[in-house]
Amino acid sequence: MAYPADYRYTKEHEWIKVDGNIGTIGITDYAQNSLGDIVFVELPKVGDSVEATKSFGSVESVKAVSDLFAPVSGKVTAINEELKDAPEKINADANTTWLLKVELVDAKQVDGLLTAADYEKFTSEETGH
Amino acid sequence: MTETMAPLRKTALNAVHRAAKSKMVDFGGWDMPVDCCGLIAEHMAVRTAVGVFDVSHMGDIQLRGPGSLAAVQHLCMNDASKLAVGQAHYSAMLYPNGTFVDDVVVHKLSDNDYLIVINAGTREKDVQWVRRTIGHMPGVHVNDFSDYYTQLAIQGPRAAETLQKLTSTDLSSIKNYWFTWGQVCGLYNVMIARTGYTGEDGFEIYIPSDEPTSARVWGEVLEAGAEFGILACGLGARNTLRLEAGMALYGHEISDTINVLEAGLGRYAKLDKPEFVGRDALLEVQAAGGPGRKLVGLEMIERGIGRDGYAVFSIEGKRLGDITSGSPSPFLKKNIAMAYVPVEYTALDTEVAVEIRGQMVKAKVVPLPFYKRPKKTA
Repeated sequence: MAYPADYRYTKEHEWIKVDGNIGTIGITDYAQNSLGDIVFVELPKVGDSVEATKSFGSVESVKAVSDLFAPVSGKVTAINEELKDAPEKINADANTTWLLKVELVDAKQVDGLLTAADYEKFTSEETGH
Repeated sequence: MTETMAPLRKTALNAVHRAAKSKMVDFGGWDMPVDCCGLIAEHMAVRTAVGVFDVSHMGDIQLRGPGSLAAVQHLCMNDASKLAVGQAHYSAMLYPNGTFVDDVVVHKLSDNDYLIVINAGTREKDVQWVRRTIGHMPGVHVNDFSDYYTQLAIQGPRAAETLQKLTSTDLSSIKNYWFTWGQVCGLYNVMIARTGYTGEDGFEIYIPSDEPTSARVWGEVLEAGAEFGILACGLGARNTLRLEAGMALYGHEISDTINVLEAGLGRYAKLDKPEFVGRDALLEVQAAGGPGRKLVGLEMIERGIGRDGYAVFSIEGKRLGDITSGSPSPFLKKNIAMAYVPVEYTALDTEVAVEIRGQMVKAKVVPLPFYKRPKKTA
C-alpha cells in the first residue's frame, strides 16, 4: 500500500495534506482496504468546526461503519460533493479522494501527527501476527 | 486485561485463502475469509452467475442406528418421518422453553442414518446438547464428523453448469433440498446436496478434509466456473446474500432468547408431531394467542444504514426493539434490515424509526424475504 511522504497520518487512519493554512483530509489506503466496498460517507457541512482527535463523520462499507476522526482542529471550507453519489471512489484511490478541507486553527498540530514511515510501521504492527 | 486466546481454527483451505490474499477474520473462533475480492462483486456473482464458498467450518453430526429416527424426532422440531432417503429439510433444535439451541439441516442418509448440519459458532454446544438430550436413547450412536469434511458451497444460477463439468452425476436429477452421492473431481462417494444459504440455486459438496485434496477441488471448481465469471466468496457476501433472502442467522435472528414463533419459523415446527423438545412451550405461546413480538423486514426510507443492534422506535418515539441484521443490499440497492418489533407494529408499510448514531432515521416494514429468486420458466 502507498502512503505519500508529504502527507501526515493519524492512528485512526486519516491522512492530511497541508497547503498553507488549508488541510485536505482523507482516509488511508489501509482504511479503505480494511473497510471493503464503501457505500456511504457522512460529512459535516461547510462552515462547521472540527476538533482534533474528535469524530467529524463516518464512513460506511457494506459490512461496517467507522467513525472519522479529525487530524487537526479547524473550520470546514469544502467537502467533496462527489462522494454523495460515488463513495466507491475512495476504494479506487484513497490517496487522492479527499473528504473535506479545513482551515487550520493551529498549524503546529500537524507536527504531532505520524509521518508516512511512522504510519506504515504502525499499520504493519497492527496487522502483523 | 488478560485474556486466554485459543488459537483460531483453520479449515483445510486456509493456506489457499491466504495465498489468494483473501481478507481473513475471526469468525466464531475460525480463521475465515470475509472478503476475497470485494464483497459487492462476490455478492453479484452469486446472484447473476456463480460463486464458491468454503463452509468447512460448519459442523456435521451423524445419528446412526435403529433408534436414529426417534432421536431426530425428539431432538428437532421438523418432522423427519416425512423425509425420504436422499432428502433434507430445514429444522431446529430447541430448548424446552421453545428457544433455539441452533437451526440445522437434517439429511436422511438411510433409514438408520441421519446427518445434521449445524452452525460453526455453536458446534461444541450443539454436540454436547445432542449427547445430553438423546445419548440415553436406545439404538442410536452420535458421531461428530465435523472435522472429516471440507464443505464447499457452489451457488448461483450457473452453479449447476459449473459443477456438472466436474461430475458424471446428472445434477438436473437432484431436486431442491435433495442430495445424492457421486464422483466429483475424481473422488468417490462425494455427497452432493442441492442446498445452500444464499437464496440461489446451488450445491453443497462434502469432500475429504485433507489439504491437497481440498485445494485441488477448490481450484477445479474455480476453473470450471471461469467461463461464467465465478468468484471465490467470503463470509461477508454470504451474510448479505442470506439477509436479502430473509434467512435467519444464529446469534442474530435466532438465539436462546428468541422462540420459533417469534422468528417466523413456525411452519418448520411440526406441532402435530407427538413430541419434541420445546413443543409444549410453543403450544403454550400459541394458546396464549401467539407471540408478542415478531421478526419483520425493514427498508430504510431516509438515508442511513440500520446495523445489527441498532434500536428501533415507533414514530411517536416508543422503543420497539432492535435490529438483528442490517446492511446495504448489493442487489436491491436499498438499505435493509431485520428487527423484532411488537406485533402491533408488524403490518406492511408501518413506519418506524431507527436510531443511527443519535439520529432518528425513518424506515418501513416490508415483506420478507427482501429478495426471491426468479422462478425458472423452462
